[in-house]
Amino acid sequence: MAGFFTSRLFFVSLVLVVIAATLPLYVSGYVLGLLTVAFYFGVFAMAWDLLFGFAGEVNFGPTFLIGVGAYTAGILNAQFGWSVYLCIVLGALASVVAGLVLALPALRVRGPYFGLTTLVAVLMLQNFVVVFADLTGGEIGLTIPDVITINAGANYWIALGFMTISAAILYGLSQSPIGLVLQASGQDPVQAGALGFNIVKHKLAAFIVSAFFSGLSGALLVFYFGTASVGTVVDVAVGVNVIVSAVLGGRRTVLGAALGAIFLIVAGEFLRPTGELATFIVSAVALLVVLFFPGGFLGAALSREARS
Amino acid sequence: MRAFQILIDGFAISALYALGATGFTLIFGVSGVLNLSHGAIMVAAAVAAWAAASVLGVGTYAGALIGVGVALLAAFATYFAVVKPIQDSRRIPNEEKEIFVLTGTLLWGIMIQELIAYFFTNNAKTVLPIVEGVVDVLGVRTPKNEIFTAIVCCLVIALLWLLVNRTRTGKAVLAASMNPRGVTLLGLELTNIYIVVWGIYGILAGIAGVLLGMFLGVSSYSVGPLTASAFSIVVLGGLGSVSGSLIAAFVVGYLETLTAYLVSPAYRTIPALLLLVFVMYIRPQGLLGRR
Repeated sequence: MAGFFTSRLFFVSLVLVVIAATLPLYVSGYVLGLLTVAFYFGVFAMAWDLLFGFAGEVNFGPTFLIGVGAYTAGILNAQFGWSVYLCIVLGALASVVAGLVLALPALRVRGPYFGLTTLVAVLMLQNFVVVFADLTGGEIGLTIPDVITINAGANYWIALGFMTISAAILYGLSQSPIGLVLQASGQDPVQAGALGFNIVKHKLAAFIVSAFFSGLSGALLVFYFGTASVGTVVDVAVGVNVIVSAVLGGRRTVLGAALGAIFLIVAGEFLRPTGELATFIVSAVALLVVLFFPGGFLGAALSREARS
Repeated sequence: MRAFQILIDGFAISALYALGATGFTLIFGVSGVLNLSHGAIMVAAAVAAWAAASVLGVGTYAGALIGVGVALLAAFATYFAVVKPIQDSRRIPNEEKEIFVLTGTLLWGIMIQELIAYFFTNNAKTVLPIVEGVVDVLGVRTPKNEIFTAIVCCLVIALLWLLVNRTRTGKAVLAASMNPRGVTLLGLELTNIYIVVWGIYGILAGIAGVLLGMFLGVSSYSVGPLTASAFSIVVLGGLGSVSGSLIAAFVVGYLETLTAYLVSPAYRTIPALLLLVFVMYIRPQGLLGRR
C-alpha cells in the first residue's frame, strides 16, 4: 500500500486529475457536460469491477443498483419535495438495501445462474417503473424539480471530485487485505474458504460497497440530468455499457474501469456524425479489445511496465 | 371459449419458445457457451426472410430458406470470429473464459443488431406467412399460420431428437456434452463436433426466427428480449438439459399467455420472472438440471 504513493500509476493518476480539474477554465460547457456524465459512469464501472474483477461475480444487473438509487432519490424529491442532499443519501442507502436483498439469494448460486438472477432483477425493476407510472413517471421518465446547481463548471467539479474520492476508496479497498481475500475467493472459493476466510461475508461486503457507490452515483446523476428515466439509469443497454467499460479499461484494475467509461462516452460522442453506426463501431472496437487485449487498456499498459 | 383460446395461443407461443431455446441449451450443454447473440441471430434470420420475400420478391418459401441460411452463416461467424478465438486464447485465464465469451457474444449481438437497424431501419417487420387464412378450432378463430408455426416447431424438435439419439453424429454430440475429454480419447475431433452443434444451432435459431417473424413480427428492438427469454427458459429448465428447456418453454409460454389474457398484456412477463427468481432460490440448478 505504501508503495502505491511512490508508484508511477499514482503520479499518472494525480497528474490526470489535476489536469482534469483545470478543464473548466478553458473548455466549453458542452465538453464539460459530456465529461460530467462520463465521470458518473466511471463510478458505475469501478463499482462493477470491484464485484466482478475481485469477487469474481458476474453481475449482469449493475443498473438494478444504479436504478434503485437514482429512482429513490428522484421520487423522494419529486413526490415529497425533500431536500436534494437528503435524497441523495437516502438513494445511496436504498441502493445498499436493494444490494442486500439481491445478494442474499443471488450468492447462493454461481456463475451463469448468478448472472441471470441479477439480470432478472433489472427486468423486474424496469417492469416496476412502468407499472407504477403514477409514482415513477413510467416510460416517459420522472421530472425532478431540484438540481444541485445549474453551473456547468460546478457540476463538473462535483462529478470529478466524487469520481476521484470513489476511485481512491475503491482502489484502496481492492489493494487492502479485504481485496486480496475477495480476489482469492473469486479464483478458488473452496481453497479460500479452507484458509479460514468467510467468503460469503466478504462477498456480501463487496456487494454492499458496490451498491453504495452505484446508488450514490445514480442519485447524483439524476440530480444532474434533472430527470430519471428507464433509458438512462435502468435499461439493460446501460448495464451493458457499464460492463463493456470495465472490461475495456481492464478488469481487476478499478482505475481502468473509469478510463474505459470515459473512453466509451467520449468515443460515442465523437462518432455521433456517423449516425446510427456509432454503437456498431464502439461495440466492434470493444470486441477487438476483448479478443486481442483481454487485459484491457490499463491491463496492457501495466503488464508492459512490469515486463520492462 | 376463452380457455380454448388461451390453450391454442399459448401452445403456439410455447412451441416457438421451445424451438428458440433448444439450440441455445444444446450449445451450452456441449461446449459450455452461453451465446448472448442468440436474439440477434434470430432477428437476422427473420429480417433476411422479410427482405428476400417482400423486397426482392423471391417468394415465401425461398425467403424462409434464405432466412435460415443467414442464421446458419451468422451462427458459424459467431463461433469462428468470437467464441473459438476466446476459447483458444492463451492470454485469457481458463476460469475467466466464461465471462469473456459472455461479453464477446453480447458485443457481437449488438453489432448484428446495429447493422440490421442501419440497413433495414428499426421498424417492425412481418414476414409474409407461408400459409394464409383462418380456420375454426374448437370455436376459436385461429390463423392457419399459428397452427403451421406450432406444427413446424414440433416437427423440428422431433427431428432434432431423432438426430441426437439415433444417428452417429448425434451420439457423438451427446457424448461430448457428457464428457468432452472422453470423446477426444475415442478419437473424435472435438472441434468438428462443435462445428456440427453450431450448425444445428444456426438452423434451429433460423427456423425459430423466421417463424417468429411470420407469427408476431420482429424489429431490431426484439433482440434483447429474445435473448433474455431464451436465457431464462434455459436456466429455468436447467442449463444444458434439452427436455428441461422444453418443459420450461411451455411453462413460460402459458404463464405469459394467461397473464396477457386474464390480467393485462402490460404485465405479460412479470409472473414468469417471479417464477424464475423463485425457482432459482429453491432449486438453483433449474427444473431438470444437474449440479
